[in-house]
Amino acid sequence: MTTTSLTSSRGAGRAGDKVFSGATLAAGCLILAVLFGVALFLVVQAFPALTASPDLIKGGEGFFAYIWPIVIGTLIAATIALVIATPIAIGVAMFISHFAPRQLASGLGYVVDLLAAIPSVVYGAWGAAFLAKEISPAYNWLASNMGWLPIFQGPASATGKTILTAGIVLAVMILPIITSLTREIFLQTPKLHEEASLALGATRWEMIKMAVLPFARPGIISAVMLGLGRALGETMAVALVLSSGALTASLIQTGNQTIAAEIALNFPEASGLQVSTLIAAGLVLFVITLGVNMIARWIIGRHKEFSGAN
Amino acid sequence: MTATMTPVKKRSALTKGQLPKWAPYVVLGLALILSAAIMALIGFNAFGWGILTAILFTAGLVGWSAAAEGGRKAKDKLATCLVVGSFLVALLPLISVIWTVLVNGLPGLTDPGFLSTSMNGVTGAFDNKTVEEGAPVVGGIYHALIGTLLITAVATVISVPVGLLTAIYLVEYGNDRPLARSITFFVDVMTGIPSIVAGLFAAAFFFAVVGPGTKTGAVAAVALSVLMIPVVVRSSEEMLKIVPNELREAAYALGVRKWRTILKVVIPTAISGIASGVTLAIARVIGETAPILVTAGFATSINYNVFSGWMASLPTFIYTQILNPTSPSNPDPSSMRAWGAALVLIILVMLLNLIARLIARMFAPKTGR
Repeated sequence: MTTTSLTSSRGAGRAGDKVFSGATLAAGCLILAVLFGVALFLVVQAFPALTASPDLIKGGEGFFAYIWPIVIGTLIAATIALVIATPIAIGVAMFISHFAPRQLASGLGYVVDLLAAIPSVVYGAWGAAFLAKEISPAYNWLASNMGWLPIFQGPASATGKTILTAGIVLAVMILPIITSLTREIFLQTPKLHEEASLALGATRWEMIKMAVLPFARPGIISAVMLGLGRALGETMAVALVLSSGALTASLIQTGNQTIAAEIALNFPEASGLQVSTLIAAGLVLFVITLGVNMIARWIIGRHKEFSGAN
Repeated sequence: MTATMTPVKKRSALTKGQLPKWAPYVVLGLALILSAAIMALIGFNAFGWGILTAILFTAGLVGWSAAAEGGRKAKDKLATCLVVGSFLVALLPLISVIWTVLVNGLPGLTDPGFLSTSMNGVTGAFDNKTVEEGAPVVGGIYHALIGTLLITAVATVISVPVGLLTAIYLVEYGNDRPLARSITFFVDVMTGIPSIVAGLFAAAFFFAVVGPGTKTGAVAAVALSVLMIPVVVRSSEEMLKIVPNELREAAYALGVRKWRTILKVVIPTAISGIASGVTLAIARVIGETAPILVTAGFATSINYNVFSGWMASLPTFIYTQILNPTSPSNPDPSSMRAWGAALVLIILVMLLNLIARLIARMFAPKTGR
């Protein structure tokens, strides 16, 4: 190959080009390395706990006996949060995208985004100081009237610091995430579909049911999955609100614990093998949320051409 | 007005079979009165009144609509009520949180010396004295404020170059290569890393590299960077993408090198969006508690050095003051300090959000896109 004078390397700044593109490439690779490092260092530091003899782990019955109740507790809290937040978030997104007056819509969207701006520790403090107190009469009522259901079995916690309260606080925290994603998707609905159904005489609700919701379904699912990922990993709301204990089926008694809160409550004072145990718990949490997020991103990616929720 | 312009009493055929315009207001009024009456019977409280009014309003309007307009219109009304109702329900916690923080936080914030003293030497004895003898609340958040600002600043210094360079790689050099696509995917995945796992990663990394039990401000900054980088990458990437290609091509046509084109043309065009994205990313991590809790410990005295010693921060200050009050027997002064710190933290975050909006608006791209 011969080089022509056009491509010869006399021009100033050629080195600059190399350095700059190298730097950007290095930054990109650094991100991959960090994510890989997260997994690697967690595994390395968690290894002693996974291989230690069972009686040395907290609880004395090995790592898996230690971890599974708090995994279940994490799932319970996240499920409560999702069950509460999903319908409300879809309703709010629908309100902002299709019901609110045009001039108000973006302002209202900003108001909902404010919910996301409040730090999690403030939510935790609010849940512990305000919500738990206000909601405990409702728990008493549930315990006496719905007590035949295992999840509402009494006696209700007197302080209201239960997994249900923690779940409600989590629901408030993931609400803005689900709302802003679904709102984007609702706004992406082809205008022509909406106008066609209205022109055929559909009411607004029929238009939403037949044109907007089918279009937005994959986007809603992935938004809910992302909300789930956030709810699983949220720490402070649970650590401050829940007075933790052993795994129980009742949602209105003290008890249950989540992985994130367990780590936050015990890590500052931990040493030796307990650090490894908690890091191993963090690894479990990492794997669960990674799985949930990857599924969500995969759903978004599959519908990328027409959802725009990325 | 001529006689022919007098309103016709007969309703137009187009609006026949519809509820009159004033129907919702009448139903709302009736619902308010009726629910007030019911609440008066069983003991009045404003919250129950609101809920009952909403239920009665929905039932009344939907029932009337079903009778006068038929099932389809009634369903539409029901859906509208539910959607508006869910928005109002979503506003409740926002108002409640802000109200709670304001009411509980103002006494702490206006306490003299709250912003300028640390908790160094403040023991439970002082708090007991405050409660028992009415002495002023001592101690403040100066050390936590310094810690938060320093940790966040170091995290920003780490994240912005890495995030910005990655965004440039993705937009300018990536060309949808497998590497670029995998970076995009893993940045998305990183967005979902639980904050406490980011903290554990930083802790595990420094435990392995420096020595077990290493807890300093720098470790916390690394943890926050893990959370911050993906946000910076995503927002900068979006902003770089909307820079018109014509600008790049014009620069190339003048013989400008690619790196100088990026530095002198592309980034200045997108700088407002990038700056507001970075500000929002700072606002997101400044309130993170869990990663700081496991990486920087909690100090009670002022520490200006991020590379040695435990460091306090506003979120962990709130957390420890609530969970482990300075005086376990009299937690009131501690909770006052915690709420005061919460108010300061919310004000900081809101300010950052406001600044981000102002930057975005003031330097909005004038390219007509």
